[in-house]
Amino acid sequence: MKFGIIIFPGTWSDRDCYYSLNNILKQKVDYIWHKETDLSGYDCVILPGGFSYGDYLRPGAIARFSPVMTALEGFASRGKLTIGICNGFQILCESGLLPGVLLRNIHLEYRCQWAYLKVENKSTAFTSNCQNGRALKIPISHYEGRYYADDATLAQLENYNRVVFRYATPEGQVTEASNPNGSLHNIAGIINKKGNVLGMMPHPERSCEALLGSTDGNLIWESIIAGI
Amino acid sequence: MPVSKEALDEIALSQQEYQLIVEKLGREPTEVELGMFGALWSEHCGYKHSKALLKQLPSTSKRVLVKPGEENAGVIDIGDGLVIIMKIESHNHPSYIEPYQGAATGVGGIVRDIFTMGARPIALMNSLRFGPLTDAHNRYLFGGVVGGIAGYGNCLGIPDVGGEIYFTDCYSDNPLVNALCLGIAEARHLVRARAYGEGNLLMLVGADTGRDGIHGASGLASRTFEDERELRSTVQVGNPFLEKLLIEACLELSKTDWIAGMQDLGAAGLTSSAVESASRGGCGIEIDVLKVPRREKGMTPYEVMLSESQERMLVVVKKGYEHKVKALFDRWELRSDIIGFVNGNNLARIKEGDKVVAEVPVNMLSSSPVYRKRVNKPQWIEGLQSLDVASVPDLPARKVKTTLLRLLSSPNISSRRCVYRQYDHQVGDDTVVVPGSDAAVIRIKGTKKAISLTTDGNGRYCYVNPYLGGVIAVAEAARNLVCSGAQPLAVTDCLNFGNPEKDDVYYQLKECIAGMARACRELKLPVISGNVSLYNETRGEGIYPTPVVGMVGLIDDVAKHCTSGFKKEGDLVFLLGEGINIDGSIGGTEYLELMHRMVKGNPHIDLEKEKRLQRCCLEAIKRGLINSAHDCSEGGLAVALAESCLASGMGFIGSPWDIDGRLDAALFGEAQSRIVVSIAPKSSWKLQKLADRFQVDAVRLGVVSGRRFILNGYVDLPLKEIGEAWSGGLEKLL
Repeated sequence: MKFGIIIFPGTWSDRDCYYSLNNILKQKVDYIWHKETDLSGYDCVILPGGFSYGDYLRPGAIARFSPVMTALEGFASRGKLTIGICNGFQILCESGLLPGVLLRNIHLEYRCQWAYLKVENKSTAFTSNCQNGRALKIPISHYEGRYYADDATLAQLENYNRVVFRYATPEGQVTEASNPNGSLHNIAGIINKKGNVLGMMPHPERSCEALLGSTDGNLIWESIIAGI
Repeated sequence: MPVSKEALDEIALSQQEYQLIVEKLGREPTEVELGMFGALWSEHCGYKHSKALLKQLPSTSKRVLVKPGEENAGVIDIGDGLVIIMKIESHNHPSYIEPYQGAATGVGGIVRDIFTMGARPIALMNSLRFGPLTDAHNRYLFGGVVGGIAGYGNCLGIPDVGGEIYFTDCYSDNPLVNALCLGIAEARHLVRARAYGEGNLLMLVGADTGRDGIHGASGLASRTFEDERELRSTVQVGNPFLEKLLIEACLELSKTDWIAGMQDLGAAGLTSSAVESASRGGCGIEIDVLKVPRREKGMTPYEVMLSESQERMLVVVKKGYEHKVKALFDRWELRSDIIGFVNGNNLARIKEGDKVVAEVPVNMLSSSPVYRKRVNKPQWIEGLQSLDVASVPDLPARKVKTTLLRLLSSPNISSRRCVYRQYDHQVGDDTVVVPGSDAAVIRIKGTKKAISLTTDGNGRYCYVNPYLGGVIAVAEAARNLVCSGAQPLAVTDCLNFGNPEKDDVYYQLKECIAGMARACRELKLPVISGNVSLYNETRGEGIYPTPVVGMVGLIDDVAKHCTSGFKKEGDLVFLLGEGINIDGSIGGTEYLELMHRMVKGNPHIDLEKEKRLQRCCLEAIKRGLINSAHDCSEGGLAVALAESCLASGMGFIGSPWDIDGRLDAALFGEAQSRIVVSIAPKSSWKLQKLADRFQVDAVRLGVVSGRRFILNGYVDLPLKEIGEAWSGGLEKLL
C-alpha cells in the first residue's frame, strides 16, 4: 500500500497529509511534484489543500492544467483511489473528475473551525470504517467551500448515494445552522460514479491525534488502508 | 545649499542631518546617495530616537545563540538541535492608508524576516488596535485589516494562532497593526544575513521591482500625518502565492552550502538589504541597477534602489554555485538575477551600467545619528495618576449583574472568535491550543516539547503610567505563558508611540522601555528582536503609548500543557497571587472607562509577588495539580471566572468571599499577579502547601458546578446568558 501526495505550487496540506499517513498511520508515502506524468506504483493519490497558483483565478482553475492531472485522469479511470481535500476537491471539480463547483462561502468570509460530518454513505472505499453512525469531527478551512451544482446533478448525486458527507450537528442532525458555508444540501463531500474518487472540503489530515482535538480523520484513512 | 526643504521632507531628513552627510562625505551627496541616507537614517531603519533607550533592554540568556541586531532576529536554543526565531513588526501607517494591503504586506514582511534565516515559519500572531467600531471608517479599517491578514496568511499555510484586538478612541486615525512570526530551524541550517567573501555574487530573487512603496521607510513609517496627502501609492501590494514559493525555495536553499547569506527586502528595499548585509559582513557591495528586473519602464536608479516591491530576496551566492542556485529557483518558477557582487573595499557602489550613481562607505550609511533627550514628567500625566478613589462611587451590589454583562460584551473583552475563525489556525498539524486561551500552544514534532506564544500590551495602562505599563506588558505576557504550563524564554517587542521629537512622547517612550527592561531583568527574559513604530500621530493627535510584547515559552512535555477553561464538575477554584481586596486596583481599568468614563489612576503590580506567583503556578502545573489556569486581566476577577466557565461550558458556584473593601475593585479591579486555577478537591492541600512554599496566597473562590454562573449574592445567571453577552459583543458591531 503506497500513498502519493501531489504538490502544486502553493499547496500547503502536503506536509500535514504526509505526517498523518507516515508518522501516525505508518504508511508508505511519496510526494509527487505536479510535473510528474507517471502515477503507477501508487494505490491512492491525494490532492491536498492549499492555494494552488494562489487561487487568484478560481481555485483549482490553473492547477487542473498541470501535467500530473492528465496522469491522474488515467489513474482514476483505472479505478485507483483518489482523494481531493479542500483545494484538492476544487481541483477535481475544475478538472471534471467530480461534478459541481465550489463557490465562495455564503457569508463571504474564510472559515477555519471544527465541523461535524454525517457519513451518508458508509459503503465507499473511504468510509467503510465509519459503521457506527457517529458524526465525524473534522475541521474545515476554506474561503470557497460552498458546494453548488444544478438540479439534475444534485438529483444524480442524491439518487445514487454519492453524497458521502454532510455538515451536521455533533449529534449528526443535518440542520441549516450546522452548515458553515452555505453548501447546497449541506454537502461536505461527494464521490464519483465509480466510487473511487472522493472530494471533500474538511481536512481529515488535521484530525488524526487526540492532542489536536480529534482522531476521526483516521477513520477515513483506515478505511482506505483496509480496502486495499 | 543645492537641496530644497521639500526634497528633505520627502525623505524625512533634517537640514542638520543633511549637513552631517555633507561633512562626512566631504561633498554634496548625489540624488541616489541622498535617498539611501534618507532611508537608512530613518527612524524605521536607523532607530535614531530609540537606539539609546533600547540599550536598556537585556538581550542575553544562556539560551540566546544570536543577539538581536547581529541578524534579522535573535535566536533561541530549545534543545534537540532546534532553535526558535521570532520577531514582531508594525505595519501601522500602510494599514491606515490601505487596510487590506497594508496588513497583508505586514504579514508578508515579517514572514520573510523568519525564513530568510533558514527557519520554517510555524506561527503567526497579530496585535491590533482600532478606534471604536461604532464609527463606519473604523469598521472599514478593521474589516480590511482582518481580511488582509486572512488573505495573505491563509495562502501561506502558516497557522495564525492568536493575538489581541483592542478598541479605543485614540486609535481612530492611527490603527495599530503589529504582526508576529515565529519559526523553527535546525541550528546547523541557520542562514546568516550577511554578505561576505569578495567576489561572491548578489542574486535578487522573486518579484520584479516596481515603483510601489518608494519612501515607505522614510515617508510612511517615520513621520506623522499632518495633512491629507495622497499616500496610497507608497503602500505595496502583496502576492502571497509568490511568497509561498519563496518560502519553500529558500528553505531548500538553506540546507545547501551554496550560499554565504540571505536577506529579505523589506523597508527601504534593496538599499537596506544590501547595505545592512554588507555592514554585518564587514565588506562592501557593488550593484548594477540595470540588472534589476523591472516591472515598469523608465525607472531611475533612485527608484530601483528605494522601491519596496514585496516578495523579493537578496541571496549572497558563493562564487561558482550560481548555476545550481538558479536551477533551484527555476524549479520553483521563481525569477533570479545576478545584480552585483561583494567587494573588499567597504564601499556601497551603485552603478547604472558603467556610470557610478552612488558610492558611499557602508558604515557611514549604517550608522545613523543617535538622539537623546532630557525630559521631565509632564504635568498632565501627574494629573492622570492622581485618582482619588474615594470620589468614585462604589458599585452597589444590585448593579453587579448588569456591570458584569456589560463588561463581558465590551468589544475589548468579548469573544474574538468572529475574527480568528477567519484565520487558518490549524494548518501544520501542530496547534494544540487554538486562539481563545491565555496563550497558544504549538507542539514540536519529533519531540515531546511544545512552545507557547502570546502577545500583550495594554495602551491604557501605559497612558496613565508608562513605566508600570511597560512592566505589566512583560509581566502579563509571561503570566499568560505560565498559565499554559510554559517556562517563558524570550521577548520580541513592537513599540508603538507618537512623535518622539515631542518631549511628552519621548518621556512615554523612555519610561515605558525602562519599565519593560526592569520586568525583563526581574523575570530573566532576553529581548531577542523588535521594532519601533514612532510617529503614530495624525494631525497632532497621538496614540496611547502602546508597547506590544510578544513572548515565547517552552513546555517540556506537551501532555502537561494547561488551558483556561474549567475541566471537571466538582473541581475547586482558587485565586493564586494578589488577593481580592485591593482598593486602588480600579485605576486604569476597563471597568473605570466603561462605567465611569474615566481613564485615570495607576495600575497595580508588585514584581516580587509576580515572580513568586509565576514560579508557583508553573510548578503546580508541572506536578499535574492544576486542571485549568487563567490570568486575571481586563475586567478583573469576575470576568476571568466567567471566561473560564465559557471556555468549557461549565458553571461556577462562588463561596461567600471575604470582601472588606470596595466591591468594584474586588470584582472588576485589575490588580496584576493573579491567576484563577481549578483543581481536584483531593489536590487542595497539596496546592496550599506549594503556595505556602512560594509565599503565594491561595484564596478559595468556589466550585465548578452545573450550568449557572453564581457569585454569592451578586450574580446568578444561566451560562447561556453570559455566553450570549460575551460571544456577541464584538460580532454584533461588525
